[in-house]
Amino acid sequence: MELLLSATEILARWDVLLALLVGSVGGVLIGAIPGVGPAVAIAILLPATFSMDPIVGLTVLLGIYGSSMYGGAIPAILINTPGTAVNALTTYDGFPMTARGEARRALSLAYSASFFGGVFSVICLILFAPVLAKVAPMFGSREIFLAALLGLILVVIAHRGQALIAAALACFGIFLNTVGLEPVKYSKRYTFDQSWLSSGVDLIVVVLGLFALSQAFFLLQGEDEKIRLTKLRGGLFQGLRELSRHPRVAGISGGFGVLMGMIPGVGEFTAQFLSYTYAQRSSKRPEDFGHGSSEGLIAAETANNAVPAAAMVPLLALGIPGEALTAMMLSVFYVHNVVPGPQLFQNDMPFVVALYLALLILNVLVLIFLLFATNSLIKVVKIPNRFLGVCILTLSFVGVYSLRNSFTDCLIAACFGVFGFVLKRLSLPAVPIVLGMVLGGIMEVKLRAGMARVKTPLDFIDRPIAMILFLMILGVLALHIRYVLAERRKLKEAKWSAKRASTRFGMQMFRRRDYLSTERGKRVREKRSKYTPRSTGGRSPR
Amino acid sequence: MTEEERRFKWPIRGQLLFAVVFVVAAVLLLSQLGNETKWAKGTKFFAQPRFWPAVAVIGMVLFGGLHLWKLPRKRFVKPDFVEWRIWFFAIEWVLWFLVYVTVVPVLGYLPTTLIFVPLMVWRIGYRSRRMLWISAGFAMAVVVLFKTFLQVRIPGGAIYEYLPGALRSFLILNF
Repeated sequence: MELLLSATEILARWDVLLALLVGSVGGVLIGAIPGVGPAVAIAILLPATFSMDPIVGLTVLLGIYGSSMYGGAIPAILINTPGTAVNALTTYDGFPMTARGEARRALSLAYSASFFGGVFSVICLILFAPVLAKVAPMFGSREIFLAALLGLILVVIAHRGQALIAAALACFGIFLNTVGLEPVKYSKRYTFDQSWLSSGVDLIVVVLGLFALSQAFFLLQGEDEKIRLTKLRGGLFQGLRELSRHPRVAGISGGFGVLMGMIPGVGEFTAQFLSYTYAQRSSKRPEDFGHGSSEGLIAAETANNAVPAAAMVPLLALGIPGEALTAMMLSVFYVHNVVPGPQLFQNDMPFVVALYLALLILNVLVLIFLLFATNSLIKVVKIPNRFLGVCILTLSFVGVYSLRNSFTDCLIAACFGVFGFVLKRLSLPAVPIVLGMVLGGIMEVKLRAGMARVKTPLDFIDRPIAMILFLMILGVLALHIRYVLAERRKLKEAKWSAKRASTRFGMQMFRRRDYLSTERGKRVREKRSKYTPRSTGGRSPR
Repeated sequence: MTEEERRFKWPIRGQLLFAVVFVVAAVLLLSQLGNETKWAKGTKFFAQPRFWPAVAVIGMVLFGGLHLWKLPRKRFVKPDFVEWRIWFFAIEWVLWFLVYVTVVPVLGYLPTTLIFVPLMVWRIGYRSRRMLWISAGFAMAVVVLFKTFLQVRIPGGAIYEYLPGALRSFLILNF
């Protein structure tokens, strides 16, 4: 109780409340515009939050992070285009409901499910905080190194079918982090004797290039889409009543969201996938899924909104961001000399609980805002893509230039913008680069510190948590190898089943000989008919 | 179309060039590992300044190479050329951005933004008076929000120096 009071005291300031309001309403707006998304907004706003108090800056960013998914459901349901990437699953059941004239019901259900997911996860984590405060100090350098490594591996293999390039891009991120002066021996690494590379490559410049500028280039290079909106009539309160009829689906989806959010590198997509699969398997009408099932919509929206609060756990307790958005938030902590990690949980627990309370309040604010303002809000969906591109380009300038007023930073950001643009065109992931940069730095420091105290490599995993993490890494890798082998087998089977003729070597040689002799025969016959024309036939040769 | 190409869920055009350039760049970086990083004597292997760059660059070569090897199509076809053209034309927007960055310290944040946004909106094809006014309004709102209210660090324009005292200070501080 005392903890809650201290946390409330931190939040009871006009600037924090204003930040909450701006963050939550801004987040909904950003989420509702397809093509912007929270990553772009957070990247642009990061430098602006550096001059604020840590709690104010983090509240704005948390507001955007936590509320963008509410907004993202609007275009997903109304025009079949997810506002943020994590709303993709919402389109499966949301848009079919709109198509059969139930847009209002779908939106109302999505808001209610999102609200439930957000509140459920915050309550879970506030209750869980004392346990975390006890567990977090058990994480030393070795455990944090292994947790970061696990996070990086999970991020890579989460990109099914693209794991190789995701791993290469994560290594590129680690490489970018090593450029500049090495902090212990002060030796230069990959500076090519260029003074502007001595201080290294700034994370925010890379983030702004990869997320904001690349998105601007992508939108400017594309075409505007013609959008037809459905008019909404009536209130949006019925969703809460309908949600209460599916407490099992909502509760388990929220649980998946909390669990998956806490594991670095996993996040919304896995949580949604597990919740949706569970909801479909346990439903009385599984055939409705993908055709406008209310349970499917609840599972998708509850799971994705339960993740933001949970994703703050590895960030706050271990200093390990599990995804790009929390990686960006980490820089706000560093700028204000607040070092997230076990010590933050031990020494500044009210600050941690204050952040969770802020998330709780913002969920309430967003729900109220959406219940009353959806009709006006849906107009933002109509903003033309290319105009949005100009807006993002203009705003990106603020983000990059206000860091150090450096033209070089802008040039580097523009280069990463083009790189990100190419990645977007090829549908390759940019997130591993950012996580490679952040987690690479953490791994370097923690491995050095951890190895200083061990005599043999096996001593590195002699503590229980280190051993568990190590076994988890092995397990995850084993599962991925099994998946790769299964895919390879499927491909082979598909190739074999597509072939009608025998693929035995002897038969292939036989067919080749047959083909060559036929071809040769054709040539010989052609040659002969040229010089010794047939005496019979319709036409005589000239 | 081969079975691999059929199973490739992402755009296939342009993948080969990207993979080739990535691997070539990674190999070049690996070739510079000895020159660009140092081996510190008397320091443990894992604490070597060269250790993490080596891990990163070797990982780039290894995984980038495997990605290239596993690509379903390893020859250039017409859609690849179309894709490169799109990449090349994106440079125009980079130039717009860099010109904007160069002009801000000279003309000042507000005047440059008020010129840049409507001009770019005009360039991308919105020629109606309404859109141009909206873009000017957006430009004004951005400057007022970030420079006037949030006081982000963007220097005043060199041109402001020619203005009389009070107006000069006001513009440098707020716009």
